[in-house]
Amino acid sequence: MANVKYVSATRVFAKDTPPALDALDLDIHDGEFMVLVGPSGSGKTTALRVLAGLEPMDSGRVEIGDHDVTEVPPKDRDIAMVFQNYALYPQKTVAENMGFALKMHGVPREERDRRVREAARLLELDDQLLSRKPRQLSGGQRQRVAMGRAIVREPKVFLMDEPLSNLDAKLRVQTRSQIAELQRRLGITTVYVTHDQVEAMTMGNRVAVLSDGKLQQCDTPRQLYDNPVNQFVAGFIGSPAMNLRTAPLTDGGVSVAGKVLQLAVPIRNAAATAGLSELVIGMRPEHLHLAEGAGELTGQVVLIEELGADALLHVRLPEGGIPIVARAEGRQPPTPGREVSLHIRPEDVFAFHPETGARLAG
Amino acid sequence: MTAISLRTGGRTAARKAPRRIRELPRLIGWSVLGWVVAIAFFLPVLWMIITAFKPESAAETWPPQFTFSPTLSEFSSAFANIGPFLTHSAVATVGSTILVLLLAIPAAYALSVYPVRRWRDGLFFFISTKMLPIVAAIGPLYVIALHTHLLDTIWLLIILYTAMNLPLAIWMIRSFMLEVPNELLEAARLDGAGRIREMGSVILPVVLPGVVSTGLICVIFAWNELFLAINLTTTNASTVPMFLVGGISTEGLFIAHLSAAATIASVPVIVVGWIAQRSLVRGLAMGAIK
Repeated sequence: MANVKYVSATRVFAKDTPPALDALDLDIHDGEFMVLVGPSGSGKTTALRVLAGLEPMDSGRVEIGDHDVTEVPPKDRDIAMVFQNYALYPQKTVAENMGFALKMHGVPREERDRRVREAARLLELDDQLLSRKPRQLSGGQRQRVAMGRAIVREPKVFLMDEPLSNLDAKLRVQTRSQIAELQRRLGITTVYVTHDQVEAMTMGNRVAVLSDGKLQQCDTPRQLYDNPVNQFVAGFIGSPAMNLRTAPLTDGGVSVAGKVLQLAVPIRNAAATAGLSELVIGMRPEHLHLAEGAGELTGQVVLIEELGADALLHVRLPEGGIPIVARAEGRQPPTPGREVSLHIRPEDVFAFHPETGARLAG
Repeated sequence: MTAISLRTGGRTAARKAPRRIRELPRLIGWSVLGWVVAIAFFLPVLWMIITAFKPESAAETWPPQFTFSPTLSEFSSAFANIGPFLTHSAVATVGSTILVLLLAIPAAYALSVYPVRRWRDGLFFFISTKMLPIVAAIGPLYVIALHTHLLDTIWLLIILYTAMNLPLAIWMIRSFMLEVPNELLEAARLDGAGRIREMGSVILPVVLPGVVSTGLICVIFAWNELFLAINLTTTNASTVPMFLVGGISTEGLFIAHLSAAATIASVPVIVVGWIAQRSLVRGLAMGAIK
C-alpha cells in the first residue's frame, strides 16, 4: 500500500519537439483508483511508463510510498503492470506466467502455488486453465491471467495500460466493473490508463485528464462533468460530447442563430471583465429540452440516434455548422426533417474563453 | 419474350464457362513449368542414387541402362573406408555448430534487445567477413595453423567452421530476437528478471524455433565444406567431402563407387534440410505470437 506522487515529471522524446510529458504534478492517494485519460499523444501512457521505470525522465521525480524511485530500476519499485496486449510469456503455462515474478523474488514453491491458486480463484479462473498455454485461452481469459500475474505479487501499486482495449464491447463492460470491484476489495493503489472517457468515468475514484503532455484537470468524475476547468475537459468528458460553438456577445447573453441565449450573471461579468466580444459556449445534450412553445434555439432535426431508453436528436441550426445534439426523453422523439425548438436554462450554459479555452466563472 | 430470356440466360452461362476455360491453359502452363523445374533439379540426385546401386560395369554404359541387377557392393566398399571421414565430419560439424550457437545467441542479444553502442558497425563488420574471398585468406590461415600446431587437427576445422558460420548465425538469430514483442521484455523486467534470466526464460523459449533452424543451417554448411578441409588437413581430420573427392581418379571405373559415397554423404544433409525447412517456417511465423 502506498501513495504515488509525480513532481514536475517531464519526458522529452526528441529534441525540438514538445515534451511528451510536460511537468506533471499529481498526487495519488493510498488505495486510490486513479485513471489517466486523454486522446492519443496526450502523454498518459508515458506517465505510466515513467512511473513503472520503463521510460527515463528528463527532469522531475516520481515517488512511491514517499520514497523517491526516480533512479530505482523497475523490478525494485514493487509495482505490477497489466499491458494492453497482456504480454504473457507464450511458452509458459498460465500458472508459470502468474508465478514468474514470485519465482524471481525467491518465493518458495508451495507459497507460490498457494498464491497463484488464490489469485485464480479471485479472478474466477478454473484450476484446469492453470496448466494451459496462453495461446489456448480466449481473449477474456488472457486478460484475466494478465490481471492475475499482477495480483499474485501483492504490489504497492498496480499499473494498467488500456487493459480492456482488446476485448469485445460486451466483455469490456463486464470486465470494467470486475476490475473496479476487485481494486476496491484489494485496496491497492491503481493507476489506470485509457483513452475511453466512459471507462475513466465509471472506474476511477478520481480522473486525471491529459492533453499534449499537460495535466488539464484532476478530480472526481462528477466534478469533471459538472465543473470542467476548460474547453478541452468539457469537450472530452461526457458522451455524447458537449455541444461547443463560438458565439458573439450581445445584451444579456450571446447570439446564436439569430436568437439571444441568456447567460448567467457571473459569466456575463467575467466576459465583461476580460473585455471579450465573443465566447465559446457549451451545452450538454441532456440540458437541451424540447420546448412546447418558442425555445432559445430552433432548428431542423437531421438525424435521430435511437438508444432505446432515450434518443439523440441532431439538430441543424439555421446558421449552419455542426448540428447540435440534444437528448430527447420519452418514447416519442420527433421525426427527421421536423422543425424543433429547444430550451436550455441559463445556469446550464457553460462558457469558455475563445483563445485560452479557460472556463469563465461558473 | 421467351427467346430473349433464353438468350440472356444462355449468355450468362456461356460467360461463366469461358472464364474457367481461359484460366485453364495458364494453370496447366504453371504446373508443367513447376514440374519441369522440380524434375530438372531432382534428376541428377535420382541418377546418383540409381547409379549407387549399379555394379561398376553397368554404371558407365551409354545409353544408360535402366534395367540392371541392383547391388550393395559399392555401398559396402564405400562404408569400409568412409568411417574415419564420417567421424571427422561429425565432430567438426557438431562441435562448430554448438560453438556458433553459444557465441551467436549472446551476440545477437547485444545487437538487438539491448543494442550496444555502435551496434550497426558491429553488425556490418560481422557480415563483411563473408565478403572476403576465402582463397585470399588460405595462405595466412595455413601459416597460422602451422605455427599453432593445429594443421591437420579437428580443432582447426572446429575453429574455422565456427568463424565461417558465426556471422550468418548472428544475423539470423538477431532478426528472430527483433520479433520478440517489447512488452514481453518489459513484463520480464517488471517481474524482476535480470539479463540472464530474461534471455534464458523469456527470449530464448520464444526464439527457439529460429535458433534451431539457424543451427541446422550451420550444420549443413559445415558438413558440406570442402575448401578449408582440403587445404588444411590430410589424414587426421579429413572430412566426408574429401573422401568423395578422393574417389575421383583419372583412370579406371569409379562412377558407381562415387555415387554410393555421395549418397551416404547426402543423407544427413537431406534429413537436416528437411527438419530445418519445417522449423524455419515455424521460425518465420513466430512474429504472429501475441
